[in-house]
Parts: sequence; structure tokens; C-alpha cells
Amino acid sequence: MNINWKYLWESFTRQMFELGGYKTVLEGLQNTLIIAIGGFVIGLILGILLAVMQLLPDNKITRVVKTVSKLYVGLFRGTPIVVQLLVGWYVLKPMLGIQQASALSWGLVIFGMNSGAYMSEIIRGGILSVDKGQTEAGRSLGLNYFQTMFRIVMPQAFKNSLPSIGNELIAIVKETSVAGFVSVVDLQVAFKLQNTVYNPIICYLALAVVYIVLVVIFTLLIKLIERRMRKSDQR
Amino acid sequence: MINVKNIYKNFDKVQVLKGVSCEIKQGEKVVIIGPSGSGKSTLLRCMNLLETPTYGEIWLEDKLLTPIDPYLHFDIIRLSKTYKTMFAKLKADGGELTDEEIDAAVIKEIKAKDLLSEKAGREGKEYKQAIKALFQECYININLARQKVGMVFQHFNLFNNLTILKNLTLAPVMLKLKTPEEAEKKAMELLERIGLADKANAYPATLSGGQKQRIAIVRALAMEPEVMLFDEPTSALDPEMVGEVLELMKEVAHEGMTMVIVTHEMGFAKEVADRIIFIDEGIIKEENPPKEFFENPKNERLQEFLSKVLA
Repeated sequence: MNINWKYLWESFTRQMFELGGYKTVLEGLQNTLIIAIGGFVIGLILGILLAVMQLLPDNKITRVVKTVSKLYVGLFRGTPIVVQLLVGWYVLKPMLGIQQASALSWGLVIFGMNSGAYMSEIIRGGILSVDKGQTEAGRSLGLNYFQTMFRIVMPQAFKNSLPSIGNELIAIVKETSVAGFVSVVDLQVAFKLQNTVYNPIICYLALAVVYIVLVVIFTLLIKLIERRMRKSDQR
Repeated sequence: MINVKNIYKNFDKVQVLKGVSCEIKQGEKVVIIGPSGSGKSTLLRCMNLLETPTYGEIWLEDKLLTPIDPYLHFDIIRLSKTYKTMFAKLKADGGELTDEEIDAAVIKEIKAKDLLSEKAGREGKEYKQAIKALFQECYININLARQKVGMVFQHFNLFNNLTILKNLTLAPVMLKLKTPEEAEKKAMELLERIGLADKANAYPATLSGGQKQRIAIVRALAMEPEVMLFDEPTSALDPEMVGEVLELMKEVAHEGMTMVIVTHEMGFAKEVADRIIFIDEGIIKEENPPKEFFENPKNERLQEFLSKVLA
């Protein structure tokens, strides 16, 4: 196959800059970042909540809470994100009658809920990795379960699971590329729209480069946070 | 101060404690020794409910830490339906027996066969009310109770995510026993005392085992507890560092603190203890002041144990 790179590049840049394609791309970038970061934050909060729910001490009341948490995780890990988006958009949204909700906010919520399921397992693992003696020491001083959990165990659990949490952030950045299924104009859709000359080569290569740049930036960010949180390990 | 009444502890199918009773009085220093797996740590951990006994009661002064064990309250057993029906039945076909004998027989059988039902309601109104009344009288929130019972662990268990100073001030401040300033002042005094004031802003990972354990002891002291429990405080230390920790424990002892100590340090036990308890196979086999305990042990297992550890 003979590819006329020069022609493709020229038509791509013309589409992008002279015809204003960059505006769509910037919008796509913005939407991708909103969904990724917003979804990550929702996922983190939800994940902490679900993990703590699952690790509550055993009794009759908490058994229900634990089951709820397990069901939630099972449901969201058991179905693909695309299916969750479609069910959310085409089934739940009309059923719940929230017609005014935008595709973007809907995508944000679904990605957050999906990420919460994975995050809860990450954080649960982190909590279990903290020595039981830490909890016992806290409790023996008279702190209650939640005071011990959130002041002593959780910070250590969080630190231990930071690499996995970083992984989840990167995963969610890339997963947002399926948000187009529910008409969100994310990066992937934005670049696809630049494909005006029936040759997608440059568009998709450019898309890949943008994702790599995003991921590198997020990776550096995570490294920075990790270094900060490791200060109590210094010997 | 602490009153342990006939406690049993089962871990799944393994019975670790099989009916242990002991009383620790105000200001007393009690050392618990025994072979590994004898249940001595479990007994200690039951005293602040880090382990919940399967049966039996633990009292902290006039407050009950565990649920009520009806088998320890004969007057309450007598109110139960089970007792009443059994009593009536025995009286009808017992013939010669006096009421007292029947009473004793019935209580014995109820205890032996664990006949009281789990649900208090099934034993009739009187029984239920008696249990409730007793509960209300001696209930204490476990977190409140633990504020009065300091604990020192074998593996120190300093909070790794907090500085030394924070380790000492966290609980008093969080539980609103002290303002942050007061707590900090007290913490610095305590650190001064053990000569580690310069480590106030260091993290636990930077300290030696002996330093960690001494800080763990003053962390418990920062709560101004009424009694302190030590769970093999020197077992995880380098031999070099055992001395400094025992020295601090002796100081605390001389200040009049009530102490319960699980340890293998026989010299320390001899010097500090008012009473030594020997536990084996989940029961107390011998309990005596140190002189009598070491010089004239009666229990065979204890003689064997002492000959090994003192050799």
C-alpha cells in the first residue's frame, strides 16, 4: 500500500486548524478529563465506602450491609462498561425520568460507579495489608472502630494501595474512549470527526499520541503523590 | 480493679481458656507466665476485650465488659422458666430431697447442660427483666472502659503513619480528654522522661525496638490509665534492649500503677510481682507470691516449666 503521508498530513492540519477542528478536539479533551477525573474521584469515595462496608465487624446488621456491597461490586465487575453505559442511558434514564441529564453527566456517574467497584477491591486489599496490631493499638486506647479505621488504618491502606489506585486512574482515562456510545463527544469521538478525507490514519495516530501524553502526565502526578506519602517510611 | 469470672474462650473448635477466674486489685502487680499456647496472652487480651470470652464475665471495677453470663448469677437462673419447670418436676417425684438440695441439683444440671435458652424472652418475663436490670446497672461502653486500661503489645504497634508526638497525643485529643496543647505538653514530659524528646517529630520506622517499646508504654501512660496490661513486652526485642524496657516498667510499677504482665522474664517477675499466675492448658495451675512461687512450686507442670526456664 502506498500512503501519501504528505497529503494526509496536510489535509489533517487543514481540517484541524484552518477549518476549526481543534475546537472539537479541545471539547473532547475537556470531556474526557471531566469524565476521567470526576469518575475517578467518585470511584475513590465510593470505593472507600464499599470497602469499609465489606470489612465491618460481623453481626446481624452488618451482614446486610456487607451483602449489599458485595452485590454492587459483583454487578459492576460482572458487566462491561459499555453495557453499563447503554443500560444507564437507554433504560435507566427514561425509567427514572431524568430527561434533562446530559450525556456527559450521565457518563461521569456511570464511570464513577464502575470505578467504585474496582476501587473498593483495591482499597479492601490495602486495608487488609495493614497489620492487625495497628487496629488493636487504636482500639486499646479507646478509639472506636471508625476513628481507628479512618485515622490510623485508612491512611496506611491508602499509601499501600497507591500504585494500584494510580493504575485505576490510568485505566479510567483510557476507558473513557467508549463514552461515545452514549453520544458524549470525548477525545475519541472528536478525532473521529476530523476524519473528513476518508482516511483515518493520521486521526487515529494523533488520538493515540494524545492518550499517551495524558497517561504520562497522570503517571508523573501519581509518582509525585506517592513520594509525598512515603515520608513516614524514611529510615 | 479487674475481676475475671470463670471465662472460657474457644477459637473455632480449639478451647484456649477453660474456666479462668482471677482478681486483680488496685495497685497490684500480677505476672502471668506459662508455656506457649497456654492461653496467657488470650487471658490478658480478654481483660480489655480485644478477645471476647465465649463464656464468663469480666468486670472492671463495678462495670461489666462482657455480656451477662447468666450461669454466674444463681438468683437470675432461679427466675427462669427452665429452672422453675425443672424444680417443680424434681419436687413432684424427688420425694426425700429438701428444697435446697433440689435447688442445687437443678442449677448444677442447667449449668452442666447449658439449658438456658439464648433468647431471654423464652425464659419468662421475670428472668428477662432481671437480666435487663443487671445490664443497665453495670453497662459500660467498651471504648470508655478501654480508656482506663492501657495496653502494651509484643510488637509495639506504634501508629506507623504518625510521628512519635502524634502517636502520644492522638487518642487523648480525639477522645476529648485533653486539648491539643495539654496533650502535647504531657506527651513532651513523657518523652523527656524516657530521654526521647528529640524524636518527637520522627516516624516510628526510624527507631530501634527498645525505643519503640518505651514509646508504646508512654503512649499508654498518656491516657492516664488506671491499669496497664503488658503482652510479652520484651519478647520481640534484641537482648540488648530488654533492659531499658524492663527498667521503665519497673519505674511505672513503683509509681503504684496496677499492672498485669505476661512475660518470660523470670528475674523481672521475681522482683516486681506481688503475685504470679501460672497458666497451662487454659486453666490457672498455680497462683502465689513470687517467693513461694519460685521456691516451693506445688504443681508438677510448673516444677517442670521452672526447671526449664531457670536452668
